[in-house]
Amino acid sequence: MQPMPNATVEPKSDPAKVAAVTARSLSIFFGNHAVLKNVSIDIGARAVTAIIGPSGCGKSTFLRSINRMHELNPDARMEGEIRLFGDDIYSRDVEPVVVRRRVGMVFQKSNPFPTMSIAENVTVGLRLNGERNKKILASRTEESLRMAALWDEVKDRLHAPAISLSGGQQQRLCIARALAVQPEVLLMDEPASALDPLATQKIEDLIIELKKDYTIVIVTHNMQQAARSSDFTAFFYLGELVEFGPTTRIFTNPVQKRTEDYVTGRFG
Amino acid sequence: MGSSATSHMGDRVFKGLTLAMALSVFVLIILIGFELAHGSSTAIRQFGWRFLISSDWDPVNEKFGALPFIFGTLVSSAIGLLIAVPLSIATAVYLTELAPLWLRQPLTMFIELLAAVPSVILGLWGIFVMVPWLSGHLFPLLQKYLGFLPLFQGAIYGPSIFAGGIIVAIMILPIITSVSREILRSVPGLQREAAYALGATRWEVTRIAVLSYAKKGLFGAVILGLGRALGETMAVTMVIGNSPQIVKSLFAPGYTLASVVANEFSEATTDTYLSALFEIGLVLLGVTVLVNALAQLLLKTFAGPGVKPQN
Amino acid sequence: MTVSNHHWRKAINVFMQALTFVCAILVILPLLLVFFYLLKQGAGAVNWAFFTELPKPVGEVGGGMANAILGTFILILLASCLGVPVGVLGGVFLSEYRHRQLNWWIRFTADIINGVPSITWGMVVYALIVLPMKGFSTLAGGVVLGLIMIPLIMRTTEEVLQLVPNGYREAALALGIAQWRVIVQIVLRTALKGIVTGVMLALARVAGETAPLLFTAFGNAYWTHRLTEPIAALPLQIFNYAISPYDDWHRQAWAGALVLILLISGINICVRTLTRDRFSKRA
Repeated sequence: MQPMPNATVEPKSDPAKVAAVTARSLSIFFGNHAVLKNVSIDIGARAVTAIIGPSGCGKSTFLRSINRMHELNPDARMEGEIRLFGDDIYSRDVEPVVVRRRVGMVFQKSNPFPTMSIAENVTVGLRLNGERNKKILASRTEESLRMAALWDEVKDRLHAPAISLSGGQQQRLCIARALAVQPEVLLMDEPASALDPLATQKIEDLIIELKKDYTIVIVTHNMQQAARSSDFTAFFYLGELVEFGPTTRIFTNPVQKRTEDYVTGRFG
Repeated sequence: MGSSATSHMGDRVFKGLTLAMALSVFVLIILIGFELAHGSSTAIRQFGWRFLISSDWDPVNEKFGALPFIFGTLVSSAIGLLIAVPLSIATAVYLTELAPLWLRQPLTMFIELLAAVPSVILGLWGIFVMVPWLSGHLFPLLQKYLGFLPLFQGAIYGPSIFAGGIIVAIMILPIITSVSREILRSVPGLQREAAYALGATRWEVTRIAVLSYAKKGLFGAVILGLGRALGETMAVTMVIGNSPQIVKSLFAPGYTLASVVANEFSEATTDTYLSALFEIGLVLLGVTVLVNALAQLLLKTFAGPGVKPQN
Repeated sequence: MTVSNHHWRKAINVFMQALTFVCAILVILPLLLVFFYLLKQGAGAVNWAFFTELPKPVGEVGGGMANAILGTFILILLASCLGVPVGVLGGVFLSEYRHRQLNWWIRFTADIINGVPSITWGMVVYALIVLPMKGFSTLAGGVVLGLIMIPLIMRTTEEVLQLVPNGYREAALALGIAQWRVIVQIVLRTALKGIVTGVMLALARVAGETAPLLFTAFGNAYWTHRLTEPIAALPLQIFNYAISPYDDWHRQAWAGALVLILLISGINICVRTLTRDRFSKRA
């Protein structure tokens, strides 16, 4: 079902050979309710993988299980395994905090910290983890804002409050904030759903640029967006991974009937 | 860079610290109960149950009975509630349902300012403005027209149980009004819309959709007011006359549980005297804790998180 | 529905609106009367001497409440040292760490304590501090006010923290920041204004408390120099002067009351203005 080459799980042996994120028999329960059922997938590095599916299919939960954010729900329970470049992120001696430094996240609703300036927002992850070197902070700020395609627009007002930016700019600021800690994987939960078409376009262009250096997993309910910007697509339905493969194949020649029904708009 | 070990440690220490601070409320309530019980132990041993039913308050001969104060507290609180509850709920209804929009904020602000007036200042006004007016105008009027009732007979001095009741009413008006307001505001709009759709007038909507739905919460607001009335100290002390007697006339001076402690605690000369006052405090504590617990339960089970904690 | 019935219902509607309006006026009437008399009696009595001089001996005319004014400030400062850390941190726990049963009991207990008459607190601190120290003291006064502040500040802090949108917590956690840092450096920082106003309201409340100070701080005719000495406070002074037989002391009681109410109202109005945005959104 996953025609993914190099799906080995040797820890850190050969970066090109090890998948960025592998899940094996992953099931997640909130209380007694199974939100994800027996999901196994290999997500490739330096590519954009889109997660699609109708509401309630578990795609957001799957995304949040990669950086252990689903654990914020006190009734959450997990079975199975997730590995990040070969490392088991749920093993007993791994703190969620450590996982979250390796995996960045951008949310549906942009949420720059309101009491901080633009520059402070970008570096907050670094500073609160102990980085004090002003040179590093300054260079990382510029670097992240450039990668987020925001530098030119804000370089003259880095100390302005972050909330003075427009919605689309705020979202790119959140992307810069996530990139500043140099994560290995970037998770995006419907990052453009609250934005107008122009801002959405900018985000999509940004994603295509970023994939040269980052592994990106993006949840989207917008199938055209998935078709436009991703390399691989995973279709979830009612908590199960129905099909996973190159985007072009999923949208033009899917193997599973349910996938075909969804992408052609027969339901969802 | 902060390692995961130190951040884990930081999390545990911080959680432990905040937990300890939060648990302090349990320490506080146990502390009050314990200290008052401990302080009253001498009196309890000496007087037993008779303390609550004896009306003999005689510090000189070391005889102590709390009945006059229980009576005074109950009567002044009852008068206070009788006056305050209808006024407060009517005001809350006006503020949430019937008043023109531009008037609501300023009126609410006034009422919240009244809530901020300390008891002693109201008492000051009570001694020098309210009581003279009462003994000069209202009391004689009541005696003239309602003097056939034993309640309104007897000599008029000014400081009296009635004055105490009125001042309790003034003190509890803001809290009953503002809690009632929160309760009424939390009634879902759908209820009102359903009534409007039936062609009801504004008052009818209030009566049918809002008040009956909010009954339980409003009752909770009233009980909260009662709790406050029972413990009202300074303003009452300044206008009630401070005489430990049980008389039928509302114009006679009275004495409440809180007032006797306020007046006599620092003058208590003997251990028994002090202990008797502690026991009075214990009675007051027990009653207010029970009443407040009841009020909180009513408010919490009605309105949920929408109602602010009132103090 | 007949025509006459319609008129009757309209009449009742108007009548009830008028009736409840009258009730509302009656409710704010005492406030207006109190303020009126405070201004009338107090404004004339407030003079420079009032703010700078100590009380004169019994029966003599003149003097002021300088020590009482200072005393009130000292007491609420001391009270904050106890009330603010315990109250704010306790409120943080209630808001940020979800333990449904435990948190319910903590809230319930705090709300009950908030309704307990403040005079009982005076008795408790008398037994705890005044008796062992064999005397009334500033310390006892500060402690009793601080104890009263704890559950007040705890609940207002919790309320304010709950208003911080969860999105900020999630964004910060997703950056790999430790939870305690998220709470302190993101959540608390965002809610700071609300917490400060909650503290200010609590201060305004205890500044006017008299009963618990009656046998803890006790009052002082002179300046206080040590924590172990009794201290004068505005509400105490107002009370003692009001119930005294001396006209001049009555006059000064009004002056003291005016100063006190201006202090308290000032804090309240300040707070309302600062939080006006928050309130108008809720309305």
